Amino acid sequence: MSDGAARRSWMLALPVLALLLWVVAFPNVAVIAGSFENGFGHWREFIASPSDREALTTSIVISLASVVASVLIGVPLAFLLSRFEFPGRRILRAVATLPAALPPLVGVIAFLFLYGESGVVARGVQTALGMEEAPWRLTGVWAIIFVHAYTMYVYVFLFVSAGLERFDVTLDEAASGLGASSWHRLRKVTLPLLTPALAGSMLLVFMTSLGSFSAPYVFGGGIRVLSTQIVASKLNGSLGLAYVETTVLALSAVAGLVLFRWLERKRKYTSSGKGGATRRIIRSRRAQTIAAVLSSLTVIVLVLPHLMVILVSFAVDGSWTTQVLPPEYTLDNYRRLVAESQLWKPIVNSVSMAVIATAANVVVCFVAAYLIVLRTFSGRALLELLVALPWAIPATAIALGLAATFNRNDLLAGRVLLVGTFWILPLAYFIRGIPLVSTAVEGSLRQLDASLEDAARGLGASWWLTMKRVVLPAARPGLVAGALLAGVTAVGEFVAGVVLYTHANRPISIEILAQLRALAFGTAAAYSVLLIVLVLIMTLAARGLEERIA
Amino acid sequence: MSSGSLALERITRRFGEHVAVNDLTLEVPAGELLALIGASGSGKTTTLRITAGYETPDSGRVLLDGNEITALPPQKRGFGMVFQHYALFPHMPVEENVAFGLEARGVGRAMRLERAGAALQSVGLGGAGRRSIQSLSGGEQQRVALARALVIEPKALLLDEPLSNLDPTLRQTTRDELRAMLHRVGVPALFVTHDQEDAFAIADRIALIRQGTLLQVGTPEDLYDRPASLEVAKFIGRATILPAEDLGDRVGVTIAALRREFASTRPAGSEPTFASARVVLRPDALEIAPAAEDGWKGKVINRRFTGGSAVYRVQVAGDTVIEIASSNMGLREGDVTGVRVVREPLPVVKA
Repeated sequence: MSDGAARRSWMLALPVLALLLWVVAFPNVAVIAGSFENGFGHWREFIASPSDREALTTSIVISLASVVASVLIGVPLAFLLSRFEFPGRRILRAVATLPAALPPLVGVIAFLFLYGESGVVARGVQTALGMEEAPWRLTGVWAIIFVHAYTMYVYVFLFVSAGLERFDVTLDEAASGLGASSWHRLRKVTLPLLTPALAGSMLLVFMTSLGSFSAPYVFGGGIRVLSTQIVASKLNGSLGLAYVETTVLALSAVAGLVLFRWLERKRKYTSSGKGGATRRIIRSRRAQTIAAVLSSLTVIVLVLPHLMVILVSFAVDGSWTTQVLPPEYTLDNYRRLVAESQLWKPIVNSVSMAVIATAANVVVCFVAAYLIVLRTFSGRALLELLVALPWAIPATAIALGLAATFNRNDLLAGRVLLVGTFWILPLAYFIRGIPLVSTAVEGSLRQLDASLEDAARGLGASWWLTMKRVVLPAARPGLVAGALLAGVTAVGEFVAGVVLYTHANRPISIEILAQLRALAFGTAAAYSVLLIVLVLIMTLAARGLEERIA
Repeated sequence: MSSGSLALERITRRFGEHVAVNDLTLEVPAGELLALIGASGSGKTTTLRITAGYETPDSGRVLLDGNEITALPPQKRGFGMVFQHYALFPHMPVEENVAFGLEARGVGRAMRLERAGAALQSVGLGGAGRRSIQSLSGGEQQRVALARALVIEPKALLLDEPLSNLDPTLRQTTRDELRAMLHRVGVPALFVTHDQEDAFAIADRIALIRQGTLLQVGTPEDLYDRPASLEVAKFIGRATILPAEDLGDRVGVTIAALRREFASTRPAGSEPTFASARVVLRPDALEIAPAAEDGWKGKVINRRFTGGSAVYRVQVAGDTVIEIASSNMGLREGDVTGVRVVREPLPVVKA
């Protein structure tokens, strides 16, 4: 590479590196430094506190249990849907990924309406059996794992399905031709080859569970986990302790990352497979009936939370107390969202903050991905690390890092007062979006033959023309997909909101919680439906854009 | 039916409207190598998959040693199969790949690794047992796949395009090795290929199929010198096929108003004479004859050197071009020469 090209790479890289060091790396340093502000005092406090020790254990236990539960649901479902043809397969396939489309808080309140002690199912069982009280309470570790399993099995399902899609079926045929029984085949050939996909999805579930805030916050009852403990400590004013808890949470996440990545790498093979397994048709009458019944039940379980939120969104606030279903319905909840400025404001906030954050993601992450994939310069490893970092750090920790860093004006120390202003939340959303958009764009750019850029330059195109006509078009599918993910995450974001919101920029999720606390279930549900609709609109818009590109 | 033979009896397999295999009957005696050839999409791979048990025919039977195995799943057939892309397990070293079939049969670890080692030795890969699949060349992968199929002492061997992924020089030597190896094993061997040179070089007999229907089965010489139909004549080898006058055991060929008569062979069991017939002129049945009075005259329009001989395309009439292989390499494009038949009988087929 010529000196000129190297200089240009650095000119592009410097501002991006500086920005990422400032908003991604620095807050983590501030948190770690904060945890040591009185020597080991806060750390001793953490170790001595039974509730903190409990929170750490519970966090890890819940995360591992969520991984196990997601695998137990996701793997069989992936096998069933990719290897067999049975009545109800299409509809089951269509709704199998539905839970992932629910913003975390919405999923949680849907479960509350459905399976909570005052929820439809509990009340239904109570009425049917003539019991005095609700048959169960949806609290504690099991409740959290239940919600996690419902929303996170989708990762396992998607990864394993993709693995099976690419799976070279002749390997399976070769094994059976050599005399292996189906069990032997599964154990010795299929599963070992799916390990990378499985480990990747397990990692995703583990990280998401560890950082999960909505479920423990709403269903925790007396249970303590690190992510809720951090927020509690901060609200109590024990900032030092909150920093220690944040550091411990981040370290647990990194440990999980190392563990699952090791598992993934250990079993990585290049497969020459052309995939394309044909689905076995289930022919026996009895098996067909069983399949039809089971898949209908699964479909109902999967769509019920969505239907429940929609139903409750029409319930008159305060009317639903001990009845099985809400007794009175109205369109008023929706009318009020639009008509009352107090209720309309959070919608405007969430949408505008998501747009700002995503727009920033698109610009910064495009440059970062371009530098990572198509340029060689000495700062590349650092850039890759900075771009991936927000993914390894739970959202609570990111939020606390921002709170610790941008809490005062001290330009010499690299601090600007953003806490308490509108801008702190878009910044938090932006940081969470960085790995999502960068990974997607990197994926797209990797498919671009590096010599195309050289060819364009060789034909006399300027750097700018090459960028516009060769690099940017190649990056576009990744930009659209990444921006969709980042936008969807931002518009329903909850954790950073809890830590950082002010009255002026309160997002929809915070308002949902406020309405829930005021027992205005109808309004909370109407907000939730609105969030689902926003996610749907964004998905459709992205799909439209993708089609225009293709 | 002979002992240990493999037979397909009136096999038909449809995929929706498409008939992949149509009423196909074949028998491969123990120790014979039968090549199944045909263009892509002709149904040869489906036939192989039905034989192996990966597909079930809509009708017809698969027989091994006279016993019906049509419904037997692949894992119970005990056949050795070599896949087109070898289908070696990427997560196991070479020896575990080879030992896999023994593992499935419950053979102890020490014993199966020993036998895998011996099998690798027999394909010339002794000492490669601990290597990873990824580190092998295409030819080595092919031999590992063969060792894996042989180590289970298969009742039959099935090979799907076993040579198609090898480079041309490797292919030549592998053909000879494969033929020797398969004969040594002494079980029926069925192999599918789209390459007739592979089939000629390896097989004892060749079955040619087109659109799922068997066109002819016989020795390579049968198919080359006594094609059963125009289709077979066109598919097998190179040939100039011209209208002819069928006289039973003689054939009359007229080019540029010059008529000649030759001894002929006809498809077995066909009617005494064809009203409309074609003669099959193989390049090696003709010779360049600069001063021949009994031949046809023509102009060389193309010359291709093939090492030790040359192939000429000679225009003998306005739209009639004949291909001739000759050891006489002295002619060039534009030269005028004589052409004559040097090897009789000439195959005659129905137009």
